[in-house]
Amino acid sequence: MNKILERLYNGIFKENPTFVLMLGMCPTLAVTTSFVNAVGMGLSTTAVLMFSNLIISAMRNIIPDRVRIPAFIVIVASLVTVVQLLMQGYTPALYKSLGIYIPLIVVNCIILGRAESYASKNPALPSFFDGLGMGLGFTISLSCIGIVRELIGGGTFLKGFLPAASFPNGIVIIPDGYRISIFVLAPGAFFVLALLSALQNHFKAPSATNTGNTSEIACGGNCAACFGEAKLENHITIDKDLEKKELEAKKKKEEALAKAKAAKENANAGEGK
Amino acid sequence: MTQLILLLISAALVNNVVLSRFLGLCPFLGVSKKTETSVGMGAAVIFVITLSSMSASLIYAHILIPLHLEYLQTIVFILVIAALVQFVEMVLKKNMPSLYEALGVYLPLITTNCAVLGVALDNVAKEYNFAQSLVYGVGTASGFALAIVLLSGVREKIEHNDIPHTVSGMPIVLITAGLMAIAFTGFSGLIK
Repeated sequence: MNKILERLYNGIFKENPTFVLMLGMCPTLAVTTSFVNAVGMGLSTTAVLMFSNLIISAMRNIIPDRVRIPAFIVIVASLVTVVQLLMQGYTPALYKSLGIYIPLIVVNCIILGRAESYASKNPALPSFFDGLGMGLGFTISLSCIGIVRELIGGGTFLKGFLPAASFPNGIVIIPDGYRISIFVLAPGAFFVLALLSALQNHFKAPSATNTGNTSEIACGGNCAACFGEAKLENHITIDKDLEKKELEAKKKKEEALAKAKAAKENANAGEGK
Repeated sequence: MTQLILLLISAALVNNVVLSRFLGLCPFLGVSKKTETSVGMGAAVIFVITLSSMSASLIYAHILIPLHLEYLQTIVFILVIAALVQFVEMVLKKNMPSLYEALGVYLPLITTNCAVLGVALDNVAKEYNFAQSLVYGVGTASGFALAIVLLSGVREKIEHNDIPHTVSGMPIVLITAGLMAIAFTGFSGLIK
């Protein structure tokens, strides 16, 4: 139980994928034009993340080490297809407004990052909750950015989320003509993120943009400076670990053999006496 | 023909892949420190996107549609791209060592670039035929190359300036990218 709560806390606060790890920047910038889109994207990523972590962790002893990345990608892609079809069927409006970014969840580095750094090493249940925590952290941060951008750029609050009959335009806070509409356009996304990471810099908050890579394995979390080389490094680190373990095992075996031999000789010597 | 040229311009400038659609942000922010590396990255992206856009469109039209397997597109495309990148790397290494030396390091990094998958998926969503897919791929990739080379030029200048601590590093790069995005919205009047 403690472990589960710890995973949730870790995903939402300590290693928040957006604010702390700076992972998955493409959807963060692209779909946060409004609160509804942000929540939709966040929840669909959460669904994929939970089940990909669960399946990968359940299969971690079956998948050969050499082909694990392609295997992970296939698992994630299948789950994304399932989510895509479900959304197409049940939430057509959201499906349309998120468009191409739903299938692109496959290449979201949060998912492969968690698979590589957590799910492939831990049992199924904690992995599942690790996915849930990370997904909720992602959803919450996307919604925060979404609320800010919708408010400054569109002047509305929770548009499309409240019942449409009583609030067709959400709650209008800034009247027409006083809105800074660039914030719902592409440049605004860059500015909001720039502001966010400037604040983190200023207050020296723990974040991937102002600390070095802390973890050696998987993405160190620095998505901005990562272009896939983290995976290569993982391979090297894991191979090194394996080599070390093999060497140790060999050494132990030799030692055991030597001991056995010595014991035998001793016994022999004892017999000889 | 005019339609294809319009498609090329709109893919490269008007709907720039990084600055207005946010695909391929990681390499855009990560590999743009020096002009040299960003030119290499841009060239590699043009190469891979063109090839993958072509092959994905062929596979979709001639394998997935006849077998009624359209819903498998995401899985098939990502595997095709990963395999293609590996294959291209091997062919270049064997037959064109000079080109391999220029592009080699960037090739494996591109598999995880969402612009590559994005273009393949876009071709399907917009129902482009083979020629249109090819042109759309080339256009999108050149847009990426243009944006990354421009950003690296600005970043090399920024390097020598005195920047307040708060915005140094990541924030200043993002602000630069935002200003570039504003500049690129100027192209939107180009095509109606």
